[in-house]
Amino acid sequence: MTTESIITAATRRRRSASVNGALISLILPVVILVAWWFASANSVSPFFPPLQRILQTFVDAWLSTRVASDILPSLARLVIGFAIAVVAGVGLGALLGRLRIIAVALNPILQFFRALPATALIPVAVVLFGIGDVPKIALIAFVSSFPILLNTIDGVRNIDPVIEDVGRSFRLTKLQRLHWIQLHAASPQVISGMRVALSLAFVVMVSSEMLGATNGMGYVTLLAQQGFQIPLMWSGLLLLGLLGLFVNGIFVLVERKLLRWYTQNQED
Amino acid sequence: MLTVENLQKTYTSGGKSLEVLRDVSFTVKEGEFVTVVGPSGAGKTTLLRCMAGLLPPTAGTVTLTNSGKVVTSPPKEIACVFQDYSRSLMPWYKVSRNVGLPLDNIIKDKNERRQAVEQALQSVGLDGFGDSYPWQLSGGMQQRVAIARALAYRPEFLIMDEPFASVDAQTRADLEDLILRVRQTAGVTVVLVTHDIDEAVYLADRVVVVSSRPTVVMDVIDVDLPRPRSQVTTKGMPRFGELRTQVATLIMRASAEAAAAQGQTQL
Ligand SMILES: Nc1ncnc2c1ncn2[C@@H]1O[C@H](COP(=O)(O)OP(=O)(O)O)[C@@H](O)[C@H]1O
Ligand SMILES: [Mg+2]
Repeated sequence: MTTESIITAATRRRRSASVNGALISLILPVVILVAWWFASANSVSPFFPPLQRILQTFVDAWLSTRVASDILPSLARLVIGFAIAVVAGVGLGALLGRLRIIAVALNPILQFFRALPATALIPVAVVLFGIGDVPKIALIAFVSSFPILLNTIDGVRNIDPVIEDVGRSFRLTKLQRLHWIQLHAASPQVISGMRVALSLAFVVMVSSEMLGATNGMGYVTLLAQQGFQIPLMWSGLLLLGLLGLFVNGIFVLVERKLLRWYTQNQED
Repeated sequence: MLTVENLQKTYTSGGKSLEVLRDVSFTVKEGEFVTVVGPSGAGKTTLLRCMAGLLPPTAGTVTLTNSGKVVTSPPKEIACVFQDYSRSLMPWYKVSRNVGLPLDNIIKDKNERRQAVEQALQSVGLDGFGDSYPWQLSGGMQQRVAIARALAYRPEFLIMDEPFASVDAQTRADLEDLILRVRQTAGVTVVLVTHDIDEAVYLADRVVVVSSRPTVVMDVIDVDLPRPRSQVTTKGMPRFGELRTQVATLIMRASAEAAAAQGQTQL
């Protein structure tokens, strides 16, 4: 068999497996939704409105002016904060991974900040930066940079000495080695740090909007609860869940593309 | 010419020290094929890393005699092929990028560089595989990529660390003949390390036989077998048998001496 046909056969097998997997993983959510629909259909409890009403509220309340006034601002803060975290985490991590002594010296502090519950920092951010976008973005960036930073340090530090020898023996410059070898070799760990960071960023995005905010999905959801608009509150949760899935889905796609060499290698 | 003079290497880590190279000296002449053979764990990789400027020796020198340059960091005259191809290639880059990467600093013109890559791939029989990823290729093919990368670099010296140790017997024979062929066309001087006595004799103009740790050179044996060599004819010659017996005897003596020395230190 030629390499070409080996590749396509393997890919085909993987594709059909993933289609089956997708179908199977859809069963439970569908069952739950159907059960919820019928169980709540005649509900008169103010706390558990019929699913139909929640969905109606979802469409009326969220897929309207709130897209521009709340959803997009929330997502923008998430994306900007996360992007800052990636740049800072990878940049600083690559540097510290090379300078062992400094990394060792900083380790207790890094571990302390990582262990600190993110939500405990929200009041601090409000005090420091007031309300508005800046404290929220700063907080998202700060909190989610730690897993990226720590994983990058670890990844860069644990690179196979053989590939380092290759870079040195062919006289690549320090910068070329960082760019062409070290960052790639560390990328599986960096990306798994980014995955943790992304879910942290999402948590911080929502919770920072529940304290000292004037818009955003977290803000509206909390307000709905306080104003006893229960269907709006439930639909807010639904929206956050769906967006979480969506953001994670995009991340998985990017990850698959970036780490194809790694997953393929592991299979052999 | 490349001269290795009284090379010593003792690793020290965590307060413990391990003497690996005790006293290694030999020379490699222009255009020669020198093999270094010794038991596993003898310090062959250590020796090559010192020669390639990747590891500072504890004492002694490696000199590029033409320029009088003492090797203290990787020199542009030397290219390496490492033992484990799965660790020495970059799985995140395609084959052509793997081969072309070291050329970015020495060939400025993009077209010229691409040509050099293609030519190197062709010389190892891999034309048309530039767009594959290393992990899509078999082990033997991956090691040929590593050889192509070293050849494209146009070194004076090609240093190879047990390059065929992790492929099957048939592939190994193919690769041995490939390296004999390309070093002729590329006009490169080769130092190849192996623990396989047959391979050491089959490839070499001279065989440097080293002892087990702490390593010294037992003897340097001239291989007066005619070229071009052939897996069937050369290995069937009585002289081949004599030479491999000579090498094997030296290595066995080295092991016996090492065992005796060990017994003594334990007493
Ligand atoms: N960086 C290192 N630090 C400490 N000991 C090492 C290091 N590299 C190799 N060694 C030791 O040196 C000895 C010789 O290793 P090596 O040169 O790889 O031998 P060979 O290639 O002949 O099998 C081994 O016992 C090995 O454990
Ligand atoms: Mg070795």
